[in-house]
Amino acid sequence: MAEPVLRIEGLVKRFGGLLATNELSLDVGPGEIHALIGPNGAGKSTAIAQIAGELPSDSGRILFEGRDLAGLSGAARARLGLGRTFQVPRLLEDDTALDNVALAIQARQGHSFRFWADARRDAGLRGPAMAALERAALADRAETRVADLSHGEHKQLELAVALALGPRMLLLDEPMAGLGATESRQMTAILQGLKGQVAMLLVEHDMDAVFALADRVTVLVYGRAIATGLPEEIRADPEVRAAYLTEGDA
Amino acid sequence: MARAAVEPGLRPLAWEMRGRVALALAFVLLAALPFVLPLLGAQAVVGLATRMLIYAIAAASLNLILGYAGLVSFGHAAYYGVGAYVVGILYAHWASDEPLLGLVPGTDQFLLAVPAAVIVSGLAALVLGALSLRTSGVQFIMITLAFAQMLFFLFVSLDHYGGDDGLIMRRPNALLGLNLRDDATMYLVALGALALYLLLLSRIVRSRFGRVLSGIRQDERRVIALGIEPYPYKLAAFVIAGMGAGLAGALMANMTRFVSPDMLHWTKSGEFMIMVILGGVGSLFGPVLGAACLIGLEYVLAGLTEDWQFYLGPLLVLVVLFARGGLSGLLGRRAGVGGSDG
Repeated sequence: MAEPVLRIEGLVKRFGGLLATNELSLDVGPGEIHALIGPNGAGKSTAIAQIAGELPSDSGRILFEGRDLAGLSGAARARLGLGRTFQVPRLLEDDTALDNVALAIQARQGHSFRFWADARRDAGLRGPAMAALERAALADRAETRVADLSHGEHKQLELAVALALGPRMLLLDEPMAGLGATESRQMTAILQGLKGQVAMLLVEHDMDAVFALADRVTVLVYGRAIATGLPEEIRADPEVRAAYLTEGDA
Repeated sequence: MARAAVEPGLRPLAWEMRGRVALALAFVLLAALPFVLPLLGAQAVVGLATRMLIYAIAAASLNLILGYAGLVSFGHAAYYGVGAYVVGILYAHWASDEPLLGLVPGTDQFLLAVPAAVIVSGLAALVLGALSLRTSGVQFIMITLAFAQMLFFLFVSLDHYGGDDGLIMRRPNALLGLNLRDDATMYLVALGALALYLLLLSRIVRSRFGRVLSGIRQDERRVIALGIEPYPYKLAAFVIAGMGAGLAGALMANMTRFVSPDMLHWTKSGEFMIMVILGGVGSLFGPVLGAACLIGLEYVLAGLTEDWQFYLGPLLVLVVLFARGGLSGLLGRRAGVGGSDG
């Protein structure tokens, strides 16, 4: 296998006596979708926050394209090409959909210590931002305030914002959460379309989506990875079934 | 939900043109004020109006960090006071003909003293902001308050510059042969300064820098996830705001020919905050309305009763409770008075 885009070795996070992440090791290859599943409270979001640089790790290493991320801020990691989406979308609710993507384009173009020209009339920002919205099928919502978008559109826009940064890897924290069946299928199709271009670490509860998308699956229980393997192996693993998958999902 | 059709991004051109015409008209009217008021026998009101304009600069500068970046600084009077003291101290050294610390000669020149005031208050904001912005939330409010009070007591203890009693300037600064003692002249200088500062702010809040500030206010973690470090942007905004406050202080020193530690007191910071909130947080002209309104109310109520503050309080509570977006929100965003955060 090729050099992994993301490699995690022995990652640990303690909250007092609670081991939220317990010696977690995994890797994500180029263009691979690696799903991280597990029951609520298994520590999936904690692991994402550690990788994204929002939570300091107690021990372990995180290598992104061979580079140790220790000591790098969340913003620095994002600039390296490690993008993310949030479980509960974090968008600029007072601004339009286009504004949100335009800020991502602006961030990608370098520093923003430009004080004079109107950013909303900057074709160098609006053009690429509009193109990103078109790819996300949100072009007709460009001038709508984010607060007025539906939940599904929030999720789509978050992904569009993350993609506008041109990431080489995406950390997706439950992209299907709160979506209806149709919207989930749409989101699955969008992610399917990105497969092979961007490596993804996918935290998800929607097992249909996980088994449709993932190249490999890691099962997390109480912060510990109890199994890693191909989707069909995970589906068949008795320990995994006992710990997590119910009959209906399998 | 009825707002779905509103397009905050790009206002229709017609509205924008109307806004500009209204703005130009307002400016001309304001510029004519000091010549009209004496004809109405209200000469004394010119000084009051000048105070409104100067406070409007201070409030507008606070609004850049409070309204646009969401940084609740409770020590903004520090930079206002520092600006005033720079003018006062430079004047004192010019008058006594003793260089400051044996190095810096004093001056009574407006075009030297006021830029110096702006720069020094910007430097003060750079140092105090660099420390304060390591914190956030309530801690940030308290630390900005604490630093401002430290400066307050520093100036109280400076006996050489009048200490508690403050520093009197015999004459205002000299500006190109203009007489700043003349009410109308001082008024026009203040109006020009306010117009320039507002023009600068209106560009800043719409710029790339302004977009980042607005993003930080709305969701700092989102901005970080975009790869933007918030700290340098917050600090730059803090410095620009501090420089604006310094400008206001320098003008006030010229108008009243008096500087005192009261200008740095935390109650002054509170007044600036009230002006911003009263006028409309995060709107360009809100703080101008807020400053005019608060100073005007103080003047009117103080003329009616000694306990004017007793009546001012409930009025402010009413505005906060019933006028979301302050006075500029009441007047309506479409009229172009209110604001757009960019």
